[in-house]
Amino acid sequence: MNKAVKIAAEFSIPYYQYLNSESKVISPLPEFAKNFEYLKDLYKHMVLTRTFDTKAIALQRTGKLGTYASSLGQEAIPTGIGKALHPTDVFLTFYRGYGTQFLRGVTMEEIFLYWGGSEAGNNFKAESAKQDFPMCVPIGSQYLHAVGVATAFKLRHQKRAVLVTCGDGATSQGDVYEALNVAGAWNLPVVFIIENNQWAISVPREKQTAAKTLAQKGIAAGIASEQVDGNDVIAVQDRVAIALEKARNNLGPTVIEAITYRLSDHTTADDASRYRNKDIVGKSWQEEPVIRLRNYLFENKHWSESEEKEWQTACSEKVEKAVANYLNTPPEPKENMFNFHYGNMPKSLIAQRDKFL
Amino acid sequence: MSAPITLVEAVTQALNYEMTHDKDVIVLGEDVGPNGGVFRATAGLSQKFGEERVLDTPLAESMIAGLCIGMSTQGLKPVAEFQFDGFTYPAFDQIISHAARMRNRTRGRLTCPIVFRAPYGGGIHAPEHHSESPETFFAHIPGLRVIIPSSPAKAYGLLLAAIRDPDPVIFFEPKRIYRKIKQHVPDNGEAMLLDKAFVLREGSDVTLITWGATVYETLDAAAQLQKENISCEVIDLCSIKPIDSETILHSVHKTGRAVIIHEAPRTCGVGAEIAAILAEDFYCLKAPIERVTGFDITMPYARMEHDAMPQVKNIIEGVKKIF
Repeated sequence: MNKAVKIAAEFSIPYYQYLNSESKVISPLPEFAKNFEYLKDLYKHMVLTRTFDTKAIALQRTGKLGTYASSLGQEAIPTGIGKALHPTDVFLTFYRGYGTQFLRGVTMEEIFLYWGGSEAGNNFKAESAKQDFPMCVPIGSQYLHAVGVATAFKLRHQKRAVLVTCGDGATSQGDVYEALNVAGAWNLPVVFIIENNQWAISVPREKQTAAKTLAQKGIAAGIASEQVDGNDVIAVQDRVAIALEKARNNLGPTVIEAITYRLSDHTTADDASRYRNKDIVGKSWQEEPVIRLRNYLFENKHWSESEEKEWQTACSEKVEKAVANYLNTPPEPKENMFNFHYGNMPKSLIAQRDKFL
Repeated sequence: MSAPITLVEAVTQALNYEMTHDKDVIVLGEDVGPNGGVFRATAGLSQKFGEERVLDTPLAESMIAGLCIGMSTQGLKPVAEFQFDGFTYPAFDQIISHAARMRNRTRGRLTCPIVFRAPYGGGIHAPEHHSESPETFFAHIPGLRVIIPSSPAKAYGLLLAAIRDPDPVIFFEPKRIYRKIKQHVPDNGEAMLLDKAFVLREGSDVTLITWGATVYETLDAAAQLQKENISCEVIDLCSIKPIDSETILHSVHKTGRAVIIHEAPRTCGVGAEIAAILAEDFYCLKAPIERVTGFDITMPYARMEHDAMPQVKNIIEGVKKIF
């Protein structure tokens, strides 16, 4: 058999983690993470996201919300991303990015409206979210929209970055590969996050691809690619902030595979016990992000039981207020289902609308 | 007066005009740069406007469509070229699931002013997948407009209108007539109305409704039928979506007869929609509606493609059938 003449290319995928699942610091912390007040802020945001999530599921179970996709166990990734983004950047997400959306100024009411069956929920009112995309349901499509936004930034020589998220399942999609490819070829200012929660609904990560990591799919496109512990909010924020700054300075795209675990069902319409072993899920509860940071803050005497109680109450009040606003939101006028298909509405559609009304 | 130009040159002239006057217009696609596109529709643009205005993309049609979506939400006006009609299919999902509905699903917050151009239809002995007539797929989609020009002047005026429209427009250019006729097309930046059909020939006995390259076979048929004292009115639909039903109905109310001619397969073709519009106004008809269309077959390879496309004699037969 012929021997290779040489190795044409070799690659490696670095993995980043600061706070391990036992809440121990295992590598020197970035500057921001030495400030306990800041870490408390991160922690509080993760708790708020989880409180929202728990309430959303309860609303669905009581018929006050439609199908809902939970972000339980995955709060660190959206929180780290949201903290790293600048208001002038653009954020595109699939359907577990609530934590980031809140930090962008998207309201809980808007997210409730969306899952409650109203397009009005996608009409984000906050200035910092006005150019952000609504949650993308078809898997992986948003990666292409992100490279389009990044192309606009590049052509206009704007110092802005785009960040887009997808799940592990999406990395099987052609659109994801096509986006990575053009981002590499054009050196676009975009950060690709793969939120690897180990499950594409019922299909586990190992059945989705023979690739050893999902991050290495970026290597094929010539993009710097890495893994981060997606349950370590410090690592997420640190690596995402570095990648965003690189993008803003026209130094190219980055792929970050953030490793986490979906503790919930896929959505409220799913029953994960049909395909998933309880023991594995139990083990993953030992690694989830919220308790990890809480233990770290506790051990360093920067968080207490009373602060915990106080914050839990504050979160519940916040969410309950949003629920009340959501439930009291008057329905959109029915003509809205016609009115936003065209800037210049064709006569034939005007006739259909008028007949309906 | 400038020299007369072909349909494909009129496309170039429109792109050049709009790129000169609107810096947000970006041309992109496969081989549209220094090569000027396989039909030369973008010839000279890269040299004139540079590679930040004329982007040679990687070869991935879904990517081209998705890219346009992202760009357009930032206020750019991308004009993308798909190299052939049959290569719009990989972009279908992005166009339908995202471009066409972004305005609606964000209640107007994000919009997609995009033109998707593609050479369209059969008749040039191209390889397979290069001779399709997919207008009906796109015409079915809420949020899209579909335009098919049939002359240099219309290519110019309608492409300008498409670029200036605030929503995604599918712009199919009948490649068989890219260089068939020349017209004087003043480069004055005047756009045409997007949703208007044109009466190309007035007549009193029957209305022939068509679009794209078959406009020419239809006009030939009308001229021959005149010799047999059948007076044909010929309508060039131009806007496949929305359909200008006023112009169609006005004409058929006058003639009482309608023949619809298109190259695309018959079943659920746009002709079926036009027939339904007429049937809903049944009492305007003196005779059954006739369709002269492609067959419900895959577009044949070069040797038999003409057999699958409506010919002048088929149109004449179709007309005579309803007298």
